[in-house]
Amino acid sequence: MNNLVDLDAHASPALATPRRANRAYLLPLIVFAIFALVPLSVLWGSQSFILALVTRIMILALAAMSLDLLIGYGAMISFGHAAYVGLGAYSVAILASHGITDGFIQLAVALSVSLIFAFFTGAISLRTKGVYFIMITLAFGQMLFFLGTSLAAYGGDDGLTLASRSMFFGSKFMKNDVAMYYVAFGVLLGAYLLLRAIVASRFGRVLRGIRENPVRMEAIGFAPYRYQLTAYVIAGMIAGVSGFLLANQTEFVSPAYTAWQRSGDLIFVLVLGGLGSLHGAIIGAAVFSLLADILSHYTENWALIFGPILILVVLYARGGITGLFGSKS
Amino acid sequence: MSNAPLQLQNICKNYGALRVTDDVSLNIEAGELHAIIGPNGAGKTTLIHQISGHAQSDSGRIIFDGQDVSRLPMAERARMGLVRSFQITSILPRFSALENVAIAVQARSGSSFSFFGNASKEPALNDAAIALLSRFGLAARAGVPAGQMSHGEKRQLEIAIALAAKPKLLLLDEPLAGTSHDESQRLINTLQELRKELPIVLIEHDMDAVFALADRVSVLVYGRIIASGSPQSIRDNAEVRAAYLGEEAA
Repeated sequence: MNNLVDLDAHASPALATPRRANRAYLLPLIVFAIFALVPLSVLWGSQSFILALVTRIMILALAAMSLDLLIGYGAMISFGHAAYVGLGAYSVAILASHGITDGFIQLAVALSVSLIFAFFTGAISLRTKGVYFIMITLAFGQMLFFLGTSLAAYGGDDGLTLASRSMFFGSKFMKNDVAMYYVAFGVLLGAYLLLRAIVASRFGRVLRGIRENPVRMEAIGFAPYRYQLTAYVIAGMIAGVSGFLLANQTEFVSPAYTAWQRSGDLIFVLVLGGLGSLHGAIIGAAVFSLLADILSHYTENWALIFGPILILVVLYARGGITGLFGSKS
Repeated sequence: MSNAPLQLQNICKNYGALRVTDDVSLNIEAGELHAIIGPNGAGKTTLIHQISGHAQSDSGRIIFDGQDVSRLPMAERARMGLVRSFQITSILPRFSALENVAIAVQARSGSSFSFFGNASKEPALNDAAIALLSRFGLAARAGVPAGQMSHGEKRQLEIAIALAAKPKLLLLDEPLAGTSHDESQRLINTLQELRKELPIVLIEHDMDAVFALADRVSVLVYGRIIASGSPQSIRDNAEVRAAYLGEEAA
């Protein structure tokens, strides 16, 4: 301990200098400040669709951010992450269809189902690497998609409409769109802080080390599998929460939530916003949703414009949008 | 029964039809620096892979610290103190030099299933890492991303990482490979220090370094140990000269 001062002198270049640290906090701070203030715009006479749109952006951001733990920090390219959104959403809808509308019960089920699915599919998928891992996660996602379409009792292909949003403490406050908005906001902020802590923790450092060089990590005594599986389960559970919110926000669930295109969207969002920064997922989700919304006003074939944008980002802005700000961690 | 810390008993490794190591038996005694030399393709790196657990042996037994580790994965052997370096530099390129060492310290101190608290600010880990970096003359480079260091610095860093993992025995795979004269001199000095602390298995092509450092030398040719003994006896061994040292000794 007596060489703490000494350490600081040596280590300060290793840790971000104060000014750079401030800049790293600035971007997420601005992002969350904007989200916190959006509902005020309703007072100024903006339409409620903005509230719904931004709520959906935050829900998408939550799912994409959990995927960032896998892709950005763990180099595990999961192409089936929408499965967890579907699991969370169906947990709400199926329970609600049986008259169980208590949000805590629904949330507990959503988390447990996501945990179990992530544990078993992760335990199998993580035995593979590279393109095989991508394909096997895709296969598990599609498995859930087809399971959803075959659930005739719960709407099958057509999906299922919720009779009401979840209740907390016997209150239906989430019926109010502003309340719904702030629930999504609170969850997103909480998940962001949680993931921020995790990636900086001992566990997160091991995960990042495995991303950098798994053999090196094994050679100093870390077995990558256990750490990767743990991250896989954490990410699945957070995506499950995003499904819980999505079902409540749209008051509807369908197998389409788990389709591989939705998993692709999540990867698109991450690449657009920038991998491995967490807030990149949020910015990516916002840009993705706004672009889709705006472009779809002009043309039905908006994906034709979307595709080239992604290609340009990959070619010219490797760090995504956050990379342009130079605050990638 | 020998009580040598590392005992290789008839270990073999095949890649397809190719027998890369063939019935290798060897004891590494406490406190010795044991060099393994041999021409390219003799199976030296494969042997290190087998001992470290990076590759599993097809047959034979490996006893380390009194335990049969033949079937244990690399990470578990590393936690027991059987730690290696790599012929091709293996570091965490985007981690700073400090974090490269600190994470190895972390591997041997407390649980890494800890999800809160900033690992890069843990004084105990950083103090130990800085002490090791200082020992290798890298303290001033602590904050530099390891991927941006010079080749010689990376070779030093890799040994610092290995030491941070608290080895009881060190396996070094060509630590001098690709280094300049000054860099290799510095590494040789480092190894001279290290050999006083723990047994070392050294693979090296630089014969001057091998004969300066080794207590014993084993010669591996086509996966077989053809001779094993003091540096002098290896120099004088006719079979070795024919198989390997020929041009160097001439």
